[in-house]
Amino acid sequence: MAADTPPDALLDAVEVTGWGRTAPTVARVARPRSYAEVAAAVLACGARGGIARGLGRAYGDAAQNAGGSVLDMTGLDRIHTVDATTGTVVCDAGVSLHRLMEVLLPLGWFVPVSPGTRYVTVGGAIGADIHGKNHHVSGSFSRHVRSLDLLTADGEVRTVAPGTDLFDATTGGMGLTGVILSATLQMHPVETALMSVDTERATDLDDLMARLTATDHRYRYSVAWIDLLARGGALGRSVLTRGEHAPYAVLPARTRRAPLAFRTGRLPSAPSLVPEGLLGRTTVGLFNELWYRKAPRLRTGQLQRISTFFHPLDGVPHWNRVYGRGGFVQYQFVVGHGQEETLRRVVRRIARRGCPSFLAVLKRFGEGDPGWLSFPMPGWTLALDIPTGMSGLDSFLDELDEDVAGAGGRVYLAKDSRLRPELLHAMYPKLPAFLALRAEVDPRGVFRSDLSRRLAL
Amino acid sequence: MKDAFGAPQSLLVLGGTSEIGLATARRLIARRTRTVLLAGRPSPALESAADSLRTLGAEVRTVPFDALDTAAHGEILGKLFTDGDIDMVLLAFGVLGDQAHDEADPPAAVQVAQTNYTGAVSALLICAQALQAQGHGSLVVLSSVAGERARRANFIYGSSKAGLDAFAQGLGDALYGTGVHVMVVRPGFVRTRMTAGLDEPPLTTTPHAVATAIELGLRRRSETVWVPGAMRAVMTALRHVPRPLFRRLPL
Repeated sequence: MAADTPPDALLDAVEVTGWGRTAPTVARVARPRSYAEVAAAVLACGARGGIARGLGRAYGDAAQNAGGSVLDMTGLDRIHTVDATTGTVVCDAGVSLHRLMEVLLPLGWFVPVSPGTRYVTVGGAIGADIHGKNHHVSGSFSRHVRSLDLLTADGEVRTVAPGTDLFDATTGGMGLTGVILSATLQMHPVETALMSVDTERATDLDDLMARLTATDHRYRYSVAWIDLLARGGALGRSVLTRGEHAPYAVLPARTRRAPLAFRTGRLPSAPSLVPEGLLGRTTVGLFNELWYRKAPRLRTGQLQRISTFFHPLDGVPHWNRVYGRGGFVQYQFVVGHGQEETLRRVVRRIARRGCPSFLAVLKRFGEGDPGWLSFPMPGWTLALDIPTGMSGLDSFLDELDEDVAGAGGRVYLAKDSRLRPELLHAMYPKLPAFLALRAEVDPRGVFRSDLSRRLAL
Repeated sequence: MKDAFGAPQSLLVLGGTSEIGLATARRLIARRTRTVLLAGRPSPALESAADSLRTLGAEVRTVPFDALDTAAHGEILGKLFTDGDIDMVLLAFGVLGDQAHDEADPPAAVQVAQTNYTGAVSALLICAQALQAQGHGSLVVLSSVAGERARRANFIYGSSKAGLDAFAQGLGDALYGTGVHVMVVRPGFVRTRMTAGLDEPPLTTTPHAVATAIELGLRRRSETVWVPGAMRAVMTALRHVPRPLFRRLPL
């Protein structure tokens, strides 16, 4: 077939997928090393447009662009300036949160928001307007962005400040307003690189929600692992882990010598070939039972590394392979306060259905964020992984979507790989404003992704 | 775009009145398909097929297409891809012929071969190139178990499907890594208009079952799909039966 196509079309064509390893498509991947090279790559995008890509942690097709260009931004990885007294950092969009931690923890500054992996880029964090365990206190990532430089479709670089329409469209805008080149971030001060963690068990979903509602405000970070296979009286049994950055005073003498040392553990990679269905109902059920039993009923003040508390999965490189060749879907939705019944119903349905999910987390969100397509809203968010091989999963998730949308909730675009496009408007009421602004700053549709094609964004 | 489960949003059926093609379209419309292009010889049957899919909520267009008129394929099919992405192409046309009659009427036999093989080669190559340019898409080819080993009773049809099957497999390998997924579907005896009046052998299946298997194959990104699944074992055994015995089998 190669002979039938123009030679340059296939030279650097690469198959690209998201972290969930579903729906692979082929794109020309460019890896610009400077702003000028980014601008050149954007101008060189053909009829099928281009999209920026960071470390590929979006689960679905947000950073894929079939037949077009994908701009691998990880080559733009410079931290320009660090103000160690105010905690302000200016860095390129391709810098990872891991790198920021390496550089800034020793200076006593931590990233303002950290998701479940530190292998995401700053550009991706803004584009998906990510949230972390501190959302109820700190909001989403872009709340801590003081300004950003955006390369728009016309080849101009615009410095965009919070409070402007372009800023609110770009944060959470999934890269469709332009390519973020650099950003100024406000970091969070810490005394040590350790976390002081309280762990407790919740016997069921109502117990969990009651505990989160009553005491979440006491903690900067809070999340609950939830056993979605437990049914009946144990429905929604969970392990809450909530914590703070440990103050220097609580460290044992040995650790005080290097309180800000950033240490991470690393296990062997997941093998590249894992039999499909290894993680079925039985194995995951067993895991969940053990995980729940092993958690202490109540333990306070345990010191944990940042990597253990925030990024347990980062210890296993390529952990996304454990679901086998068919990949997996990550389903994350949020419903507002007052919609607890919807949450209960969804959890009950997932449990009854027996979705083999061992990475399910529930979190209570704080105030919503200004981004027009930002995911968080005040309420409850549940995220779970499900292997695509599970029979009937596609229509099951469609039913959950209806329920979530009916309750005024939404699913997270950075994780989506399967939403029915018709529901997008119901879930994201500011979508018309987003589309209008996009039509204005990118009239020819230079910035496009598989996600934008699938959802008509 | 296809979603994580391989469900396409737009579908082109080559052989727009094919019962398997329409059963597949119905199934996919129930999932994510919103746009369907039915390509076939203009006829009331084609229009009523389009109407039946419209009632399911899809936007349907008919396209005049004749498998035998390979000279026109490039223009007709090429144009379809300029209107927007086509996530899946289903090659569903084919004729069974009448073995007993066609053996004595070579031009009729040639027509079977040209429809099932030559016409398909032309259409597949054109679609493959367009899908490759868009960087994604599934090319689903309806082959047949009859192509697995030619039988005395229908070797004209069988050989044309054997050629098509081999071609599609090679095409799938050529397109590996281009984002285009080629899936060869090998149904056994399917109860349709095409086979009406023939004796039904064991493992007879239905267009609906083939459609279900295609949907599952899309999700798994399968390269070969047998319908019913047991056909795979049966044909593997038959393939190894010695000639003297095979020719005496009542197949």
